[in-house]
Amino acid sequence: MERVPILKIGDILLVSIQLDMSDQTAVQLQDDLAERIVATGCHGVIIDITALDIVDSFVGRMLSTIASISKVLDAETVVVGMRPAVAITLVELGLSLNGIRTALNVERGMELIAAARADELEYQLDDDPDAETAIP
Amino acid sequence: MTAGVDLGHPQAQAIQSDEDVVRVRQLVRAVAVAVKLSLVDQTKVVTAASELARNTLVYGGGGSVEVTTVDNGRRMGVRIVFADSGPGIADLDLAFTDGYTTGGGLGLGLSGARRLVDEFEIETSAEAGTRITVTKWSR
Repeated sequence: MERVPILKIGDILLVSIQLDMSDQTAVQLQDDLAERIVATGCHGVIIDITALDIVDSFVGRMLSTIASISKVLDAETVVVGMRPAVAITLVELGLSLNGIRTALNVERGMELIAAARADELEYQLDDDPDAETAIP
Repeated sequence: MTAGVDLGHPQAQAIQSDEDVVRVRQLVRAVAVAVKLSLVDQTKVVTAASELARNTLVYGGGGSVEVTTVDNGRRMGVRIVFADSGPGIADLDLAFTDGYTTGGGLGLGLSGARRLVDEFEIETSAEAGTRITVTKWSR
Protein backbone atom coordinates (compact mmCIF):
# COMPACT_ATOMS: atom_id res chain seq x y z
CA MET A 1 0.00 0.00 0.00
CA GLU A 2 1.24 3.49 -0.86
CA ARG A 3 1.47 6.17 1.79
CA VAL A 4 0.93 9.91 1.54
CA PRO A 5 3.87 11.89 2.98
CA ILE A 6 3.26 14.53 5.65
CA LEU A 7 5.65 17.51 5.74
CA LYS A 8 6.15 19.83 8.71
CA ILE A 9 6.64 23.52 7.91
CA GLY A 10 6.90 25.64 11.07
CA ASP A 11 3.64 25.21 12.95
CA ILE A 12 1.87 23.57 10.02
CA LEU A 13 1.62 20.05 8.68
CA LEU A 14 1.38 20.01 4.90
CA VAL A 15 -0.08 17.09 3.01
CA SER A 16 -0.04 17.19 -0.76
CA ILE A 17 -1.96 14.24 -2.17
CA GLN A 18 -0.22 13.32 -5.40
CA LEU A 19 -1.65 9.87 -6.10
CA ASP A 20 -4.99 8.26 -6.82
CA MET A 21 -5.54 6.94 -3.29
CA SER A 22 -7.06 3.58 -2.51
CA ASP A 23 -9.54 3.67 0.38
CA GLN A 24 -6.95 2.00 2.59
CA THR A 25 -4.36 4.69 1.79
CA ALA A 26 -6.94 7.36 2.69
CA VAL A 27 -7.66 5.76 6.07
CA GLN A 28 -3.92 5.41 6.71
CA LEU A 29 -3.44 9.12 6.02
CA GLN A 30 -6.15 9.91 8.57
CA ASP A 31 -4.33 7.85 11.22
CA ASP A 32 -0.86 9.18 10.30
CA LEU A 33 -2.06 12.78 10.53
CA ALA A 34 -3.56 12.31 14.00
CA GLU A 35 -0.24 10.83 15.17
CA ARG A 36 1.79 13.66 13.66
CA ILE A 37 -0.43 16.40 15.09
CA VAL A 38 0.13 15.02 18.59
CA ALA A 39 3.83 14.27 18.05
CA THR A 40 4.65 17.73 16.64
CA GLY A 41 2.11 19.90 18.48
CA CYS A 42 1.34 21.66 15.21
CA HIS A 43 -1.75 23.86 15.17
CA GLY A 44 -2.51 23.74 11.48
CA VAL A 45 -3.02 21.12 8.79
CA ILE A 46 -3.11 21.97 5.10
CA ILE A 47 -4.33 19.31 2.70
CA ASP A 48 -3.47 20.15 -0.89
CA ILE A 49 -5.75 18.34 -3.35
CA THR A 50 -4.57 20.17 -6.49
CA ALA A 51 -3.50 16.86 -8.04
CA LEU A 52 -6.75 15.00 -7.26
CA ASP A 53 -8.94 14.68 -10.32
CA ILE A 54 -11.87 13.35 -8.33
CA VAL A 55 -13.11 13.50 -4.75
CA ASP A 56 -15.73 10.83 -4.15
CA SER A 57 -17.82 10.27 -1.02
CA PHE A 58 -15.09 8.19 0.64
CA VAL A 59 -12.35 10.81 0.23
CA GLY A 60 -14.88 13.52 1.12
CA ARG A 61 -15.69 11.73 4.34
CA MET A 62 -11.97 11.29 5.05
CA LEU A 63 -11.44 15.06 4.69
CA SER A 64 -14.33 15.78 7.08
CA THR A 65 -13.03 13.24 9.58
CA ILE A 66 -9.49 14.68 9.46
CA ALA A 67 -10.93 18.14 10.11
CA SER A 68 -12.88 16.84 13.12
CA ILE A 69 -9.96 14.87 14.54
CA SER A 70 -7.55 17.77 14.19
CA LYS A 71 -10.05 20.13 15.84
CA VAL A 72 -10.18 17.85 18.87
CA LEU A 73 -6.36 17.86 18.87
CA ASP A 74 -6.27 21.69 18.78
CA ALA A 75 -5.33 22.04 15.13
CA GLU A 76 -7.13 23.79 12.28
CA THR A 77 -7.52 22.00 8.92
CA VAL A 78 -7.73 23.77 5.58
CA VAL A 79 -8.27 21.95 2.29
CA VAL A 80 -6.69 23.81 -0.62
CA GLY A 81 -6.45 23.54 -4.39
CA MET A 82 -9.78 21.96 -5.28
CA ARG A 83 -10.26 21.87 -9.05
CA PRO A 84 -13.41 23.54 -10.44
CA ALA A 85 -14.67 20.28 -12.01
CA VAL A 86 -14.20 18.53 -8.66
CA ALA A 87 -16.19 21.23 -6.85
CA ILE A 88 -19.04 20.98 -9.38
CA THR A 89 -19.11 17.19 -9.08
CA LEU A 90 -19.01 17.23 -5.26
CA VAL A 91 -22.04 19.48 -5.08
CA GLU A 92 -23.99 17.29 -7.51
CA LEU A 93 -22.96 14.17 -5.61
CA GLY A 94 -24.54 15.77 -2.54
CA LEU A 95 -21.42 16.06 -0.42
CA SER A 96 -21.31 19.18 1.71
CA LEU A 97 -17.85 18.74 3.30
CA ASN A 98 -19.19 19.75 6.69
CA GLY A 99 -16.80 21.54 8.99
CA ILE A 100 -14.07 21.83 6.38
CA ARG A 101 -12.37 25.13 5.74
CA THR A 102 -11.17 25.64 2.20
CA ALA A 103 -8.81 28.06 0.51
CA LEU A 104 -7.77 28.45 -3.12
CA ASN A 105 -4.09 27.67 -2.60
CA VAL A 106 -1.48 26.76 0.01
CA GLU A 107 -0.47 30.38 0.62
CA ARG A 108 -4.04 31.45 1.43
CA GLY A 109 -4.48 28.33 3.52
CA MET A 110 -1.48 29.33 5.63
CA GLU A 111 -2.92 32.84 6.07
CA LEU A 112 -6.24 31.36 7.15
CA ILE A 113 -4.57 29.16 9.77
CA ALA A 114 -2.43 32.04 11.06
CA ALA A 115 -5.54 34.26 11.36
CA ALA A 116 -7.55 31.55 13.12
CA ARG A 117 -4.67 30.96 15.53
CA ALA A 118 -4.29 34.68 16.27
CA ASP A 119 -8.02 34.96 17.01
CA GLU A 120 -7.86 32.02 19.33
CA LEU A 121 -4.85 33.36 21.26
CA GLU A 122 -6.52 36.74 21.63
CA TYR A 123 -9.65 35.06 22.91
CA GLN A 124 -7.65 33.08 25.46
CA LEU A 125 -5.88 36.25 26.65
CA ASP A 126 -9.18 38.10 27.05
CA ASP A 127 -10.59 35.17 28.90
CA ASP A 128 -7.80 34.95 31.47
CA PRO A 129 -5.51 37.98 31.70
CA ASP A 130 -3.12 36.17 34.05
CA ALA A 131 -2.56 33.21 31.74
CA GLU A 132 1.09 33.39 30.82
CA THR A 133 0.97 30.11 28.96
CA ALA A 134 -1.39 31.54 26.36
CA ILE A 135 1.47 33.55 24.88
CA PRO A 136 3.57 31.36 22.60
CA MET B 1 -3.65 10.07 -23.77
CA THR B 2 -5.72 7.24 -25.21
CA ALA B 3 -2.83 4.80 -25.26
CA GLY B 4 -3.89 1.38 -24.10
CA VAL B 5 -7.61 1.95 -24.68
CA ASP B 6 -9.02 -0.15 -27.46
CA LEU B 7 -12.22 1.70 -28.32
CA GLY B 8 -13.59 -1.15 -30.40
CA HIS B 9 -13.82 -3.64 -27.56
CA PRO B 10 -15.27 -3.61 -24.07
CA GLN B 11 -12.68 -3.20 -21.32
CA ALA B 12 -13.18 -5.54 -18.39
CA GLN B 13 -11.84 -5.18 -14.89
CA ALA B 14 -12.38 -7.34 -11.83
CA ILE B 15 -13.37 -5.60 -8.59
CA GLN B 16 -11.94 -7.61 -5.72
CA SER B 17 -9.89 -5.09 -3.75
CA ASP B 18 -9.33 -1.41 -2.94
CA GLU B 19 -6.68 -1.25 -5.65
CA ASP B 20 -9.20 -2.55 -8.21
CA VAL B 21 -11.45 0.41 -7.42
CA VAL B 22 -8.52 2.68 -8.30
CA ARG B 23 -8.03 0.72 -11.55
CA VAL B 24 -11.72 1.13 -12.44
CA ARG B 25 -11.38 4.91 -12.01
CA GLN B 26 -8.34 4.96 -14.28
CA LEU B 27 -9.99 2.80 -16.92
CA VAL B 28 -13.18 4.90 -16.97
CA ARG B 29 -11.09 8.09 -17.12
CA ALA B 30 -9.15 6.78 -20.14
CA VAL B 31 -12.30 5.85 -22.03
CA ALA B 32 -14.04 9.14 -21.10
CA VAL B 33 -11.05 11.05 -22.48
CA ALA B 34 -11.08 8.91 -25.63
CA VAL B 35 -14.74 9.74 -26.39
CA LYS B 36 -13.97 13.41 -25.77
CA LEU B 37 -16.15 14.05 -22.74
CA SER B 38 -15.64 17.53 -21.28
CA LEU B 39 -13.46 17.80 -18.20
CA VAL B 40 -16.50 18.26 -15.93
CA ASP B 41 -18.28 15.27 -17.49
CA GLN B 42 -15.11 13.14 -17.18
CA THR B 43 -14.94 14.08 -13.52
CA LYS B 44 -18.61 13.25 -12.98
CA VAL B 45 -18.51 9.85 -14.66
CA VAL B 46 -15.25 8.84 -12.95
CA THR B 47 -16.71 9.87 -9.58
CA ALA B 48 -19.90 7.90 -10.26
CA ALA B 49 -17.80 4.88 -11.30
CA SER B 50 -15.78 5.15 -8.10
CA GLU B 51 -18.93 5.10 -5.96
CA LEU B 52 -20.46 2.17 -7.84
CA ALA B 53 -17.21 0.17 -7.90
CA ARG B 54 -16.92 0.59 -4.13
CA ASN B 55 -20.54 -0.56 -3.72
CA THR B 56 -19.77 -3.63 -5.85
CA LEU B 57 -16.84 -4.42 -3.55
CA VAL B 58 -18.39 -3.58 -0.17
CA TYR B 59 -22.04 -4.62 -0.63
CA GLY B 60 -21.79 -7.05 -3.53
CA GLY B 61 -18.78 -8.87 -2.11
CA GLY B 62 -16.77 -8.14 -5.24
CA GLY B 63 -17.65 -8.44 -8.91
CA SER B 64 -16.62 -7.01 -12.21
CA VAL B 65 -16.97 -4.00 -14.41
CA GLU B 66 -17.13 -3.62 -18.18
CA VAL B 67 -16.52 -0.29 -19.90
CA THR B 68 -17.57 0.31 -23.50
CA THR B 69 -17.88 3.26 -25.82
CA VAL B 70 -21.30 3.96 -27.28
CA ASP B 71 -22.29 5.99 -30.32
CA ASN B 72 -25.88 6.97 -31.14
CA GLY B 73 -24.94 8.59 -34.45
CA ARG B 74 -24.88 12.09 -32.99
CA ARG B 75 -22.90 11.70 -29.82
CA MET B 76 -20.30 9.45 -28.30
CA GLY B 77 -20.47 8.23 -24.76
CA VAL B 78 -19.14 5.83 -22.21
CA ARG B 79 -21.20 2.96 -20.81
CA ILE B 80 -20.20 1.11 -17.67
CA VAL B 81 -21.74 -2.10 -16.37
CA PHE B 82 -21.12 -3.15 -12.75
CA ALA B 83 -22.08 -6.71 -11.87
CA ASP B 84 -21.89 -8.66 -8.64
CA SER B 85 -23.48 -11.85 -7.37
CA GLY B 86 -24.06 -10.50 -3.89
CA PRO B 87 -27.29 -10.48 -1.86
CA GLY B 88 -29.03 -7.86 -4.04
CA ILE B 89 -30.73 -4.70 -2.78
CA ALA B 90 -33.89 -5.44 -0.79
CA ASP B 91 -35.51 -2.01 -0.91
CA LEU B 92 -34.48 0.06 -3.93
CA ASP B 93 -36.44 3.18 -2.94
CA LEU B 94 -34.68 3.22 0.40
CA ALA B 95 -31.29 2.53 -1.19
CA PHE B 96 -31.72 5.59 -3.41
CA THR B 97 -32.52 7.86 -0.47
CA ASP B 98 -29.75 10.38 0.25
CA GLY B 99 -28.13 9.55 3.55
CA TYR B 100 -29.43 5.99 3.82
CA THR B 101 -26.70 3.41 4.36
CA THR B 102 -26.37 -0.12 5.70
CA GLY B 103 -22.60 -0.06 5.52
CA GLY B 104 -21.51 2.89 7.64
CA GLY B 105 -20.81 5.17 4.68
CA LEU B 106 -22.40 8.51 3.92
CA GLY B 107 -25.30 7.00 2.01
CA LEU B 108 -24.55 9.05 -1.08
CA GLY B 109 -23.00 6.43 -3.36
CA LEU B 110 -26.05 5.14 -5.21
CA SER B 111 -28.17 8.29 -5.20
CA GLY B 112 -25.17 10.53 -5.94
CA ALA B 113 -23.92 8.31 -8.77
CA ARG B 114 -27.36 8.42 -10.41
CA ARG B 115 -27.28 12.22 -10.40
CA LEU B 116 -23.83 12.28 -12.02
CA VAL B 117 -24.69 10.23 -15.13
CA ASP B 118 -27.20 10.59 -17.99
CA GLU B 119 -28.68 7.09 -17.90
CA PHE B 120 -28.91 4.72 -14.96
CA GLU B 121 -30.41 1.22 -14.94
CA ILE B 122 -30.45 -1.24 -12.10
CA GLU B 123 -31.45 -4.89 -11.94
CA THR B 124 -31.23 -6.55 -8.58
CA SER B 125 -32.42 -9.75 -6.95
CA ALA B 126 -31.38 -11.98 -4.09
CA GLU B 127 -30.67 -14.80 -6.56
CA ALA B 128 -28.80 -13.03 -9.37
CA GLY B 129 -27.10 -10.21 -7.48
CA THR B 130 -26.97 -6.64 -8.71
CA ARG B 131 -26.25 -5.26 -12.15
CA ILE B 132 -26.01 -1.51 -12.68
CA THR B 133 -25.58 0.09 -16.11
CA VAL B 134 -24.70 3.77 -16.41
CA THR B 135 -24.09 5.92 -19.49
CA LYS B 136 -22.60 9.36 -19.87
CA TRP B 137 -22.89 11.13 -23.26
CA SER B 138 -20.65 13.82 -24.66
CA ARG B 139 -22.36 17.20 -25.01
